[in-house]
Formats: sequence, structure tokens, C-alpha cells
Amino acid sequence: MDGAGEPPVTQPEGLFGVTGTGDTSGMGGLVRKRPVQLDAQRPYGGWYDEVVDALEEAYPGFSDAIERVVIDRGELTLHIVPAKIAEVCQILRDDLSLRYELCSSVSGVDYIAEERRLHVVYHLTSMTYRRRIRLECAVTAADPHLPSVTTVYPTADWQEREAYDMFGVIFDGHPNLTRILMPDDWDGHPQRKDYPLGGVPVEYKGAEIPPPDSRRAYR
Amino acid sequence: MSNAGYAQERETTEGKVFTVTGGDWDSIVSGVDPLHDERIVVNMGPQHPSTHGVLRLVLEMEGETVTEARLVVGYLHTGIEKNMEYRTWTQGSTFVTRMDYLAPIFNETAYSLAVEKLLGIEDQVTDRANTIRVLMMELNRISSHLVWLATTGMELGALSMMIYGFREREFILDIFEMITGLRMNMAYVRPGGVSQDVPDTAIVKIREFLDFMPKRLKEYEDLLSGQPIWTARTKGVAVLDVTGCVALGVTGPVLRSSGLAWDLRKTMPYCGYETYDFDVPTQPEGDVFARYLVRLAEIRESLKIIEQALDRLKPGPVMVEDRKIAWPAQLALGNDGLGNSLEHVAHIMGQSMESLIHHFKLVTEGFRVPAGQVYVPIEGPRGELGAHVISDGGTRPFRVHMREPSFVNLQAIPAMAEGGLLADVIAGGASLDPVMGGCDR
Repeated sequence: MDGAGEPPVTQPEGLFGVTGTGDTSGMGGLVRKRPVQLDAQRPYGGWYDEVVDALEEAYPGFSDAIERVVIDRGELTLHIVPAKIAEVCQILRDDLSLRYELCSSVSGVDYIAEERRLHVVYHLTSMTYRRRIRLECAVTAADPHLPSVTTVYPTADWQEREAYDMFGVIFDGHPNLTRILMPDDWDGHPQRKDYPLGGVPVEYKGAEIPPPDSRRAYR
Repeated sequence: MSNAGYAQERETTEGKVFTVTGGDWDSIVSGVDPLHDERIVVNMGPQHPSTHGVLRLVLEMEGETVTEARLVVGYLHTGIEKNMEYRTWTQGSTFVTRMDYLAPIFNETAYSLAVEKLLGIEDQVTDRANTIRVLMMELNRISSHLVWLATTGMELGALSMMIYGFREREFILDIFEMITGLRMNMAYVRPGGVSQDVPDTAIVKIREFLDFMPKRLKEYEDLLSGQPIWTARTKGVAVLDVTGCVALGVTGPVLRSSGLAWDLRKTMPYCGYETYDFDVPTQPEGDVFARYLVRLAEIRESLKIIEQALDRLKPGPVMVEDRKIAWPAQLALGNDGLGNSLEHVAHIMGQSMESLIHHFKLVTEGFRVPAGQVYVPIEGPRGELGAHVISDGGTRPFRVHMREPSFVNLQAIPAMAEGGLLADVIAGGASLDPVMGGCDR
């Protein structure tokens, strides 16, 4: 399992998070850290156990498909093996004790420091039980393939196209995987972290203000 | 142009294409082989007045019937989500407010609730701040529904309705201006609370609004509900049932107009909505007329909530106590929008250098948000508006994604339009209340 046994991320210390030299100029450059990823241990408490148990019972391939369970800020996240995502969604939608009828949101995230850096995050809502769950799949930038969930949730159509357009994740089996926000002939995927923001410096009363991505930034 | 006055034609792989410029329709009719087919592709938009902004509809027609409808969006793509990654958490609210320009308060609230959840300070948000948020959201819901009523009225030929809808919306924008300093894009709801308190003069104005609005709603109903053209163009048009709505992810008034009372204010309450007394209006038909009735009823429910919110507005702070999140300056309304209040300037210049330093640090550097991710959905005027916010522990958002109801709902247009008439595409599209700023973000 990726992420098991990784060192805990050190939190900033002191007033205003000063560590190291205490440089307050903001010229130290923006360092991106990966957010804390912790494994939740059973019992999770509340309804989380119920949902995970029900999924385990209904889905024979549970142990192969679920990489990790995370409970953070009252939200349950299941990290899924990318190839299994459509199967898991099918079970989550159809099983009577789960009933996640509504796929609220599909979005992409680029954790650039990780090897499997492109994450696709699904937010499902059970209108019957009034619960929410998050599924997360991680793929590499070299092989960004995962199955489309449009057959399970038709609403994922445009949202998968957006994730493809913005992050370059390829959803196999999508009926019409084309760019949706950018022009068809656009190069690159703009919301990847290594895609520059762009912008030009602005001159105002003799002073030159650099574009936003090269302004000073506090870590 | 050698043969001026006649439609130019050229051969393509798809068949003969005509360029129509003036009164040269005759040449098309004579130029098309009558035995070939009657297929016409109509490009509607992206600047057509009834596509609610820059939406392009590619419609394949057989006579007056739409056989296929495809939507093209992206003309307005502002890159707000990417831009926010280069700004502080507080500056984030000035970006999200610009997405869905008819519902700025909702965007700000969803974002602020998400940041507060990441910070773990949801419980510290004061009662007054919560009540003001509810008050502002419901005012905004009314102004958004009024624009829907106005534009849909215009598209279906009720031009008086357009003027009335925008007239009443102006009154709400005046209230927003008194409270926030701006009529739109207010960045009023911030992580931790709201940017400043509601002045007493605004309360008077809201009471005035509560007094006359029910009469105006009656006028709208008198104007539209029994009117033959309105009912003919809306009843039984663009029907979408509950199954279709849930499968396509359609939420909000459109889902409620097909009979399912799914309203996040009731089903998964936030901001203390569970303590207010209001109903969730539904209609069983699932057509455009039902959506009109649901939205009118929602305006009435919002008026009820506003009245209750005004009654429970007790004096108190509107920002969290935490001095590492809340800006120490309370802004004052100046002639040109917002500015620092004189008391604050006197305080930082004359009495407390610490406040000045602190303010400077918070404004330039911002606060840090513990690493993690949250998803906070609220009930916007168009449906579930969700903020998926990720922090890496720094002073800037790592990733912000808005689950925009306009974007998701627009997928339902082919389901509503195909097999119907061209005129019903307008009614069906309008009934979704899409706002392209929200759709393209």
C-alpha cells in the first residue's frame, strides 16, 4: 500500500509558523508539501463502519480494490485501485444497504510530489441514508488510465471530460472524451501543477509588478 | 461576391453548405435536392440572447423537431480554480464570488465553510455571523430566482416580466450595497465569518422589502400563471422525471419540480438552517411550468427565512475570536466602496503598533490551513453547490474545485430537448437556470 509507513509531515511551529531562518521576506519560494495521508484503524466509529462493512460484504474483491481507508474531519475516504473504480461505484450505487445514488462531484488533483501524482476524487451521496463518501484513485502521469464511471453515473460525463481536459486523466470507456473547457487543439493540461499559470508583468507608475506565479510567496 | 443576392454554396464532405446572408432563402430551397434529406444543423449561440450567456447549442433538426442536441461550453473559462492556487486563503473569496455572478454569496459561503472545516473552527463561527450568512444567502436566492423569472419570461415572450424581475432585483442589490459596499462580487463571506457587520439602515430596508415583495409575487402570478401563451409554452415541455434527474446529477429546483423534496437545507443542514421554519416546495409534473411554480414558492419560503433571521439577529461579533485568522481591521463603508474605519486607523497608528504589524502580516502573508481535504455542499439557487478544497498546510489553497450546479445540470439539455421542438429547447434550457460563469469557472 502506498503511503503506509511514510514519515509524518512536520507542522510549522511558532508564531506565524516561523521555522528555519525566520525569513519573512516571502522570497523563499513556494514549497509544496504533500498533505498528511493517514490510515484509519478499525473501529472507525459512527456510520463509517456500517458503510465499509456493507461494501466488504457486497463486493467480493474488496481487499484487492481498497488501498486505504482515511477518516479526516468527519469525512470518509476510500482509496481505490484505479482499475476497480467502476466496479466499486456499481456496488455502492446498487447495494441496498449502501445506495449511493448521486454522484455529486468528480474532480482531479495533481499531487506533483508523488509518483502516482494524478488523483481523481469522486464524491458520492446516498440520498436514502443521507451520507456522503469520497473515493480517490491515484494514477501516474505516464499511464493516466482509469475506467469511466459514466455507465454507472451518467452525470460523470462532463465532469470526467473536465478532469481529462484539466489534468490529462484518460477515462477508458467514456463515450466522448474530448476537451470541454479548453479549445480542441490546446496543448497540455492547465491544472497540472507543472503547467505555468502564465501572465505578464504589469507596470504601474514606474514600478513593475510581476505576474502572480512569480510574486513572492510565503511557505 | 459575384452573385450578390444569392446564397453562396460550396461542396463539403458533409454535403452542400449554404452561407445565408440576407433575403436569399429561395436559393437554398432550390439548391437542396428534395430527395436527399431534411436534415439541418442549427448552431445556436454562443451569443444568442436565449442561451443565458455564452452557451453554444448544436442542434440537428428534422423540420421543427430536434433530433440531436449537443452542447459546447468553455467560452467563458476564467481559470479561477488555477488562479486561486496563487493567492491566499482570504483572497480566495474574492475569486469564488466571481464564478456564478448571480449567486455570489453562495459561492463565498460554500468556500468559507470548506476552509473553516479544514481549519476546524466551524464551532467558533458566531451566531450573528451564521444568521447574517443565512440572511444574505436567502436574499441572494430571491435575487437569483428573480433573474431566472425575468430572463425566462423574456425568452418566452413575456417582456413585462423581464422588467419587473430586474426591478425587484435592483432593490436587493441596493440592500447588498448597503451591507457590503458592493452590488455584486462582494467577497462578503470570509473564512471565519463575514467581512463586516450589517448596518441598522439595511435592516430597515430589508423590512421594507419583506413588506412589498409578497404583493409583487402576486403580480407575477397574475401576469403569468393563467396566461395562455405562458402555459402553452411551459406545460408538458422539457419533462425530466426523478430518475432522469438523479442519473444526470440534476439537483435544486429542477429536481424538486419532479417531485423529490431534496433540499440540502433540510436534508443535510448547515449554517443552522435546521433551526428555521420553512417548507420545501415540490411539484409532481417535472415540466417547465412546475419549475416556475417551485421557484416562485421558494421565493416565498426565502422571505419567511429572512424574517426569522432578522428577528434573531442579536448584537455580537461577526468574526471568529482567533486573531490569527480574523483581520483586526473592521472595514467602514466609504464613498468609493470599502475602506478602513477611522477608529481602526487611529488605533493602529496611535495606540497599537502590534495591531498594525499583525494586520500587515495577515493581509500580505495570510494564515495557514492544516493539510487535508474537505467537500462542503450547500443548496445554491441552482442546486448542490459543493466546494472541494485541499490544503497542503500552506498559506495558499493547494486545489479548489467547485461542483457547480450549472455545469452539471446543463448535461440534461439533450435529454430534455431531443424529440421536442426547437422552441422547446429555449424553454427547457431556460428552466435549468444555467449561469455560464459558474459553468465554465
